[in-house]
Amino acid sequence: MFGKKSPPITEAWRGITFTRRAIVVGGAQAALFGALAVRMGYISIIDNERYVLESESNRVNLTLIPPRRGWIVDRQGKALANNRVSLRVDIIPDRLHNKDLVLGQLRTMLRLDGDAMQRIERDLKAASGFQPVAIAEDVTEQDYASVLVHLPELPGVAPARGFARYYPTGAAVGHLVGYVGAPSAEEYQEAKDPIYITPGFKIGKQAIEKYFEPVLRGKPGAKRVEVTARGKVVRDLSTQPDVQGKTVHLTIDADLQHYAARRIGPESGSVVVIDCLTGDLLAMASMPSFDPNSFSSGIGVAEYKWLSQNDHVPLRNKTLSGLYPPGSTVKPMVAMSFLEAGLSPEATTFCGGGLRVGNRVFHCWNRRGHGQVNMSKGIYQSCDVYFYHFAQQMGMDVIAAMAKRLGMGEKFALPVPSQSFGTVPSPEWKMKKYDRPWAISDTVNATIGQGYMLANPTQLAVMASRLATGNVVMPHLTMAANRPAMQSLGFSADHIGIVREAMNQVVNGAGTAGRARLPIEDVKMAGKTGTAQVVSLSVGGGKGGLWKHRDHGLFIAFAPFDAPRYAAAVVIEHGGGSGAAYPIARDVMTFLFDRDKAMEALTGFETGWGGTIEERMARDFAIWKAGAARPAPEDAA
Amino acid sequence: MIPVPPAIQRVPWKLIALLSAIAGFGLLILYSAAGGSWSPWAWQQGVRFLVFLGAMLVIGRFPLRLFEDFAYFGYLAVLLLLFAVELLGFVGKGSQRWLDLGFMNFQPSELMKVAIVLALARFYAQLPPASTRTWTALWPAALMIGLPAALVMLQPDLGTALSICIGGVVVMFVAGLPLWWFGSAAAAGAAALPILFSMLHDYQQKRVLIFLDPESDPLGAGYHISQSKIAIGSGGIGGKGFLNGSQSHLDYLPEGHTDFIFATMAEEWGLIGGLGLLFAFFLLLRWGTRVALRARTRFGQLVAAGLTMTIFFYIAINLSMVMGLAPVVGIPLPLFSYGGSSMLTIMTCIGIILAVENDSKTGTRRFH
Repeated sequence: MFGKKSPPITEAWRGITFTRRAIVVGGAQAALFGALAVRMGYISIIDNERYVLESESNRVNLTLIPPRRGWIVDRQGKALANNRVSLRVDIIPDRLHNKDLVLGQLRTMLRLDGDAMQRIERDLKAASGFQPVAIAEDVTEQDYASVLVHLPELPGVAPARGFARYYPTGAAVGHLVGYVGAPSAEEYQEAKDPIYITPGFKIGKQAIEKYFEPVLRGKPGAKRVEVTARGKVVRDLSTQPDVQGKTVHLTIDADLQHYAARRIGPESGSVVVIDCLTGDLLAMASMPSFDPNSFSSGIGVAEYKWLSQNDHVPLRNKTLSGLYPPGSTVKPMVAMSFLEAGLSPEATTFCGGGLRVGNRVFHCWNRRGHGQVNMSKGIYQSCDVYFYHFAQQMGMDVIAAMAKRLGMGEKFALPVPSQSFGTVPSPEWKMKKYDRPWAISDTVNATIGQGYMLANPTQLAVMASRLATGNVVMPHLTMAANRPAMQSLGFSADHIGIVREAMNQVVNGAGTAGRARLPIEDVKMAGKTGTAQVVSLSVGGGKGGLWKHRDHGLFIAFAPFDAPRYAAAVVIEHGGGSGAAYPIARDVMTFLFDRDKAMEALTGFETGWGGTIEERMARDFAIWKAGAARPAPEDAA
Repeated sequence: MIPVPPAIQRVPWKLIALLSAIAGFGLLILYSAAGGSWSPWAWQQGVRFLVFLGAMLVIGRFPLRLFEDFAYFGYLAVLLLLFAVELLGFVGKGSQRWLDLGFMNFQPSELMKVAIVLALARFYAQLPPASTRTWTALWPAALMIGLPAALVMLQPDLGTALSICIGGVVVMFVAGLPLWWFGSAAAAGAAALPILFSMLHDYQQKRVLIFLDPESDPLGAGYHISQSKIAIGSGGIGGKGFLNGSQSHLDYLPEGHTDFIFATMAEEWGLIGGLGLLFAFFLLLRWGTRVALRARTRFGQLVAAGLTMTIFFYIAINLSMVMGLAPVVGIPLPLFSYGGSSMLTIMTCIGIILAVENDSKTGTRRFH
């Protein structure tokens, strides 16, 4: 740069250079200002809309209000599930600043135990942003008030008044109605709906609550509030109320359901009552059960363990998922198949206590024998030999076909998440399932409802109603305005009369269930007893011994016998025989005709059993907990 | 007509009006940022402005010769103070910048922005014209810039260090140093960027990275920029109206009364307010540039040009930052942001430029 051609550097040259360069610097400055002006214009004109939205979403915090669930009511409109006001306390993690202090305060104020604190710590770690973490649901008025008073010192704590699901009859409707619970992470991932992470929002988890979720849900409300960056609410902007879910109308008779559940008492069993004229299911009681109220506010680990470890399986809906060998309750059905296949009802055989089939002797339940037995006596005395004898003549095909016509093995269109529909064995079925030919002994077993034959209590009730009316009674659980007229099964009226009369004799004549007679003058109940063998006689006596080795007791019934209106099935697991089942059927049926008499009987029983369902459950749980807490005392803290 | 007395004529009324307009507008914003209250910011800032305005006018009456004579001395004194900060300064907000004088926290690096310009101007004013393109013109200047810049980087204060450098480099540029020096220095600097980057502190590196990709950390370090852009953008053309800015009032905008005060203003006054303020700053810088062009002495020329650049640098970096064109560096908006140190620097700069202007009115110019 110091070439000889460079002009000599003088003060004047320096001055000109300065002027030029100062103008360049000034120009550059002006250009940058221009660029800044353009940039600002771009942000505030072109991008304005976007940034207005962002500033609004900064400013306004939308809080969803969980919708009130629709009620579940019985046929008269009586609530099986409704809502009650519930007070809750949540934490908004983003607004929580002094976590340890706030949690410590809440712990004393709401008397939270170590279990709860652990859960809260875990939830807080997993939660992000404004997704609230539940601290306590269903707090008392006093506790709620004390949190409200201390709210200024508890940043991040959000008390709220909401609604909780309430089941007035508790355990009596546990299996039927199901329960609600907070949505799981998977359910949120699937739905991608912000209402799923709103505190206090519950979805149906079982049975009716789950099946009718879309109907019961309703529409969430929303509350818009202006918040500062630190989450402090400055003012309320607007509130849109929630829309309550629709009511689900069940065919159930709430009082009957409650009565049936109570009447089962300490036994493990189920009662299904059906209206023969419409197919409406009036009661589907399965006991022991769980209290859906405990589930709706999040069931405790201990309580769940207690329920799942109980050998009476309170978590299984026995009316639909319990499968039992129907035992002798199939005999009227088998008799009907004989009649329709042309057997005379007067045809007799001799029962000497057993029958040789092939090289094996099949015994009658009465080892002394029934003597000469016709069809009627075969039913009311439940003579096994009569059925062994004629079933071999008539063949399994007619019996299997009749069983299916009467609803055995059928899956009903009920609004339930699952039902087990059992087995109606036939030669084709056995070939397909076991790849073995049908044996004559299979027929003999099936005809008395043992062997491969399996049914659930709802199917037994349907079978009873179809036998009684000769119509294709379809069970319904929800009320509907116009249903198609009932189809006839096409039985001869004489045949229906013969079976009805025989079943009448079971209760009101020389039959096996004389004690099942209704204590009402002009209503007669017809029925059929059944005893299902659980283990072979060599293991248990059937009646005594270990509970789980005892026979199941079954009973199907309808009343009044000459103009059937109601049909019922009662199954008592390990009841030691049908004697455990028919007194229950008697009382439940009595309830339909004379409530006072039925209640009187029940009150007497409940005194003996040690109180109502709730009282007994509470006591059992306390005993179980005391026993369970002992081996691990460190958990009790 | 009543003859205006010369004493009143000598007062730079237009400049005072311009500065008062900018600062007064700033007071309104501070009033709004405090939620419609004169305390804690607006009142104190107003008093401070009046005090510094008086100081500026006094500085403006000083003979320019005085600044030239004390340029080196001042530079050395401030350099010593910077050393003192390294040794004695207390740590605040994660960096060591302040010297506790008892009555106020004093930030010597601010004074260096002025001192470096004065010292370099003195150096080039004394340099014989023939040496302008020699090595002699370069190394003392580079040393004079490098030493304080390095000290300030240690504090660490990237923004102030850059400001010192840019003020010094502009003086070198207008002093007539060969263009290719600047070109190759810029090229070398660009090549050395990765090395320089690795020398930055973690949080500074993070800011630069966030600047390059603001969406990567919307709730962390990118939060400032996003919220600032939301504030400016949502203001639109006319703004949301005085006292109606939700971003600043609801605390979404951090530092809404200091570094990000422009966003606070733009939210409520919109593009119109922003362009108005930009225009006011433009007038101020145009005045500075004109003073430089008309200066009577070489020292005056260089000083006015350098100091104007120093003021410009504040404005440009701050505005680029709040509009998302530059990484977040802690540089306030002159006369507008709440704070004493930067206002002291700016008013001192303007006072010295005023002294150059007054000087050029007194005698004959040496260069044409």
